[in-house]
Amino acid sequence: MIELKNISKGFENVQVINDVSSVMKPGQCNLIIGSSGSGKTVLMKCMVGLFLPDAGEVLYDGHDFIKMNDEEKKEIRTQIGMLFQGSALFDSLTVEQNVMFPLEMFTKWNYKKKLERVNEVLERVELKGTNKKFPSEVSGGMKKRVGIARAVVLNPKYLFCDEPNSGLDPLTSMIIDKLIMEITKEFKITTIVNTHDMNSVMEMGDSILYMHQGEKEWEGNNKEIIFSKNDKLNDFIFASEFLKDAKDMRMLEETGKIPNERDMSELTHKDADPLIDPD
Amino acid sequence: MKKFISDFGRYILMIKGMFSMPENFKMYWKEFMHQCSDIGIGSLGIVAIISVFMGAVSAVQTAYQLVSPLIPKSTIAQIVRDTVILEFAPTLVSIVLAGVVGSKIASELGNMRVSEQIDALEIMGINTKAYLIGPKILASMVVIPMLVVIAAVLGIYGGRLAGTAAGILSASTYDKGLLEGFLPYNAVFCMVKAYTFAFIISSISSFFGYYVTGGSLEIGRSSTKAVVVSCILILFADYLLSALLL
Ligand SMILES: Nc1ncnc2c1ncn2[C@@H]1O[C@H](COP(=O)(O)OP(=O)(O)OP(=O)(O)O)[C@@H](O)[C@H]1O
Ligand SMILES: [Mg+2]
Repeated sequence: MIELKNISKGFENVQVINDVSSVMKPGQCNLIIGSSGSGKTVLMKCMVGLFLPDAGEVLYDGHDFIKMNDEEKKEIRTQIGMLFQGSALFDSLTVEQNVMFPLEMFTKWNYKKKLERVNEVLERVELKGTNKKFPSEVSGGMKKRVGIARAVVLNPKYLFCDEPNSGLDPLTSMIIDKLIMEITKEFKITTIVNTHDMNSVMEMGDSILYMHQGEKEWEGNNKEIIFSKNDKLNDFIFASEFLKDAKDMRMLEETGKIPNERDMSELTHKDADPLIDPD
Repeated sequence: MKKFISDFGRYILMIKGMFSMPENFKMYWKEFMHQCSDIGIGSLGIVAIISVFMGAVSAVQTAYQLVSPLIPKSTIAQIVRDTVILEFAPTLVSIVLAGVVGSKIASELGNMRVSEQIDALEIMGINTKAYLIGPKILASMVVIPMLVVIAAVLGIYGGRLAGTAAGILSASTYDKGLLEGFLPYNAVFCMVKAYTFAFIISSISSFFGYYVTGGSLEIGRSSTKAVVVSCILILFADYLLSALLL
């Protein structure tokens, strides 16, 4: 379990994170959502200690990470897997060596066992057969998946994913979401996912933290989110007409009437916008 | 000035942060060997070329300056030997290596910083200063003095080639001159310089690469800075060592 207590962070007189508190529970996907520039990445980096918050506490199972000494931090970090927004693969190493790197550093396994494990996770992210390619030779979406494979190869206790499915096609993106959910449940991982993809929000939002301009604007889960009365959150999730229509349809089904004045004839022949990535 | 003091402080902290127990000795060893071959093999060619030529040039120029018939020709060999060992091999080679090795180290680390690879290592619980910078400095301290020795040998050989080719003196006179009045202390001094410069090159360029902020533009800028600062520090240390030890 990870607890955030009144985290604030700014860069040279711009306040980026403002007094955010939350609890991230194990065995579920804890989503941080918000539009581009709302501070999701900065918040995540504060949680893993890449940024030092100006104020507040980050508690890993009750222990304040910020106050730990280097050895204790290292101890926690060997239990952390993280996928960076830009994948951050080691570009002098092949895909296989990238995924194997944490194993080589932290296990005493023999080569065969390591390779088995690497192939196992590569298979789970649907990347069989790219073992010998270098990061510069695979697509952006594939890099993301290699990044995920590297993050989970050591079976972490805490998994951080910064936009795991931006830049992926809907199908692969769903496979990745499923994978993250599965291993979260299977190994009781405390998973934190940054995303602004509404499909993932609905799919895996066991707990959702909505950030708006560096502040916690709303908190809840994927059942509650579409019924929320928060205007800013509604603007964010129903940014596309398609989703707005979907909401209206659902309201219609449940209550027999559409919340705003638009009538059904307008609804049915309107083209469905594809989901627009806010990035 | 304030920037200089804070940079200097960070530099010291970086060196201090390097000393920690390796997470996995084998991986550090692998990285060390990798750096050795990168730095050593990578710059062997250029070092060989410049050292043969600097030896040749100093033989020809010494002969040109020694006009008095009273001075025996073998003195040319002595002078070439001493200038090559004392100054040319350690200093000139290090200046060239500051360009070759320094920019490589700085841009490699800078690229890792900018593309968050250093953060990724840090998150895994690896001391990135120890894992990335340590092997680079150690490898430089091992390989650069070797390159300096090779440069000294090749430089003296270059002098012999040029001297005999131009008909200034015969090979046997040159060889005889090489053995006259040789001070072993000069060789020691040469190695002291080589180790000092190796440390300067590797640590300064690691510093500039490791602390890059921003994008790819800054990588270029900081590797240029790394080379310039290393060169200046090498010349400064050169003067200091000569004043202290000679
Ligand atoms: N190292 C930094 N120095 C200064 N400002 C920064 C730094 N990193 C982020 N910021 C600022 O913090 C704000 C939040 O950035 P952040 O990367 O957290 O956004 P995000 O929510 O992850 O957006 P996206 O969805 O596009 O990834 C931005 O306005 C950005 O300019
Ligand atoms: Mg981000």
